[in-house]
Amino acid sequence: MQPGGKNGGRSGANSGAPDNMVEVDKVGFGYDRRRLVLRDINIAIPRGQMVAVMGLSGCGKTTLLRLIAGWLRPITGEIRVAGKPISRLGRKGLFALRRRVGMLFQFGALFTDMTVFDNVAFQLREHTDLPERVIADLTLMKLHAVGLRGAADLMPSELSGGMARRVALARSVALDPMLMLYDEPFAGLDPLSLGVIGQLMRRLNDSLGATSIVVTHDVTEALQLVDYVYFMSNGVVMAQGTPEEIRNSSDPMVAQFVKGESDGPVPFHYPAPDYRQDLFQEAMLEKAILEKAA
Amino acid sequence: MMSRKELDLWVGLFVAIGIAALLFLALKVAGQSSFSASDTYQVEAKFDNIGGLKVRAPVKSSGVVVGRVSGVRFDNQTFEAVVSMTLDGRLQFPRDTSAKILTSGLLGEQYVGLSAGGDSANLKNGDTLKITQSAVVLENLISQFLYSKAAEPSPAAPDSKAPDSKK
Amino acid sequence: MHRITEILEGLGSRVTGWIWRLGFASRFFWLTLRHSGTAFRRFYLTIREIYFAGVLSLVIILVSGLFVGMVLGLQGYDTLVRYGSSEALGVLVALSLTKELGPVVAGLLFASRAGSAITAEIGLMKATEQLAAMEMMAVDPIARVVAPRFWAGIISMPLLAALFSAMGIFGGYLVGVRFIGVDDGSFWSQMQAAVDFKEDILTGIFKSVVFGIAITWIAVFEGYDAPPTAEGVSRATTRTVVTSSLAVLALDFVMTALMFRGI
Repeated sequence: MQPGGKNGGRSGANSGAPDNMVEVDKVGFGYDRRRLVLRDINIAIPRGQMVAVMGLSGCGKTTLLRLIAGWLRPITGEIRVAGKPISRLGRKGLFALRRRVGMLFQFGALFTDMTVFDNVAFQLREHTDLPERVIADLTLMKLHAVGLRGAADLMPSELSGGMARRVALARSVALDPMLMLYDEPFAGLDPLSLGVIGQLMRRLNDSLGATSIVVTHDVTEALQLVDYVYFMSNGVVMAQGTPEEIRNSSDPMVAQFVKGESDGPVPFHYPAPDYRQDLFQEAMLEKAILEKAA
Repeated sequence: MMSRKELDLWVGLFVAIGIAALLFLALKVAGQSSFSASDTYQVEAKFDNIGGLKVRAPVKSSGVVVGRVSGVRFDNQTFEAVVSMTLDGRLQFPRDTSAKILTSGLLGEQYVGLSAGGDSANLKNGDTLKITQSAVVLENLISQFLYSKAAEPSPAAPDSKAPDSKK
Repeated sequence: MHRITEILEGLGSRVTGWIWRLGFASRFFWLTLRHSGTAFRRFYLTIREIYFAGVLSLVIILVSGLFVGMVLGLQGYDTLVRYGSSEALGVLVALSLTKELGPVVAGLLFASRAGSAITAEIGLMKATEQLAAMEMMAVDPIARVVAPRFWAGIISMPLLAALFSAMGIFGGYLVGVRFIGVDDGSFWSQMQAAVDFKEDILTGIFKSVVFGIAITWIAVFEGYDAPPTAEGVSRATTRTVVTSSLAVLALDFVMTALMFRGI
């Protein structure tokens, strides 16, 4: 398992190298050109690897995921998936690519007007000409893999959070994708479901031979699960390494994050004037008002 | 979630009653007064004054609608109004049929009344009716009345003007 | 002075905002048309939406039509009888309904019932990332979610308007002939003499198709454009009802003026 170096290590000419599933090459992005949300991001993810992108809320990790998925276009730099630069793909090319990429959304995003079965069968029905019986078999297989074959006839509204997340997982792997993207897969789950989802993600990654990118801020789960970690803060990659390296990192910000300490490089207090002054001011004002009234 | 069959049934029902409503409106509510384009022929008639005759006004004979006024224009040579009419193709009128502009009711809208003549030959598409009578214009009626009053034999009025008669 | 410039600036930015939005909505309209192939090739999708937009609006349309017709019958009689023209009741009821009340009132009801439902549905799908998930699975949400609803609205509107008018005429008949005692024969015969298929019925149908296009367009656009929050969706739903109601009334005036042959 080779971790991608800080510079990706490959020039544009070699970008067709089959080793890396995803290459993020000097990417910068911002909704407003003047205020960049992401700056000079360089990431290379080899095939078959499961990678976590972690950081505080607002550090840009979800934006990075959207860039890789093709939702957004980088302002500078290039993103290549399986060797193809995605910013140069037209709508058709993008759709063709997306059929080989699966994405699990936060909270699942199941189609609420269809049954669980129809949800999982969705991609098979839309993109293949397989007869209904074959589709039914494949769907049940996927559901069985996540342990919810018995829930096939339920509606999404009847599922618990963990179950919905699992169904969404089954749905996104329906076409055996080569790249799996996870947007906060552990958000809001109970401990049991956390464990289940984590295991499923790992198992699917390995059995499909796929590559996975997990965006999360659940440190414990992520460090147990993935092969490599990218740690982001304020739009840049602050640190990267294997889970071991991250756990034992000497970087104060990483350490604060991993240990979950309330104060450190990221301060506890939102910037505010001096405490004493603030309290005092209130008391002084009140005193003045009372004196005036008297 | 309804099964596909149930859904189809309801939608089918909905469309069926919708079309039934349309048919009801078309057949029972609307009169059969629109003639199909293929079954008609055009004739023209010239009038000195068409009064308030409008396009799409009915053309009646013996009180029955036999056509519609399709156009009204002004002939700059003869200074007359030319009224084009579309007549029901199933009905034939003799060539000496006369056209009068009449009013339905006392103050109702105006229409063209056709009185069949006696000619053996019939009007063809594009023919012009020769005998016409213009609309009655209220002001002229009043001045007529005043003139006729003035024209009444009175001791000191020898040259009585005959009242204007419009033809 | 500064206050005045502030107000003017605010007004200017509001207006440019509207124009910008209108441009976006027009592009969206064009996109919907272009991606309508799926809505017809997989007609089941559209049929499903006709159920939700049309069939579920039946009750309100039929009941309202009946009441409107009955009121027309009563009020109409009350007015006509003063001029001794009570046999013209059929004419009054039929013309009012087929030319104006049918398409317009059915349009307003459709906007508030079906239009708001469509906006809420699409907006909610956007807020819960279902549309994004669909795109991620290489299925165009405009083709699969928006276009079927769009065509369902256009198909349902004229049918609903016709049903409204038919129910209304029946209501007028009930009140006029059965309750009040206007002559049955003259009710229908005068109506048939005065109502022309092309001029009255067809123009009414044409109006309702135009309304259907306007209402459904606004409904799907507001849903698709709604901010993905609960508040955003609810405001979009309200906007749909208000905007499409105004659009119906404005278009009604324009079309009536154009079709008015007063010359």
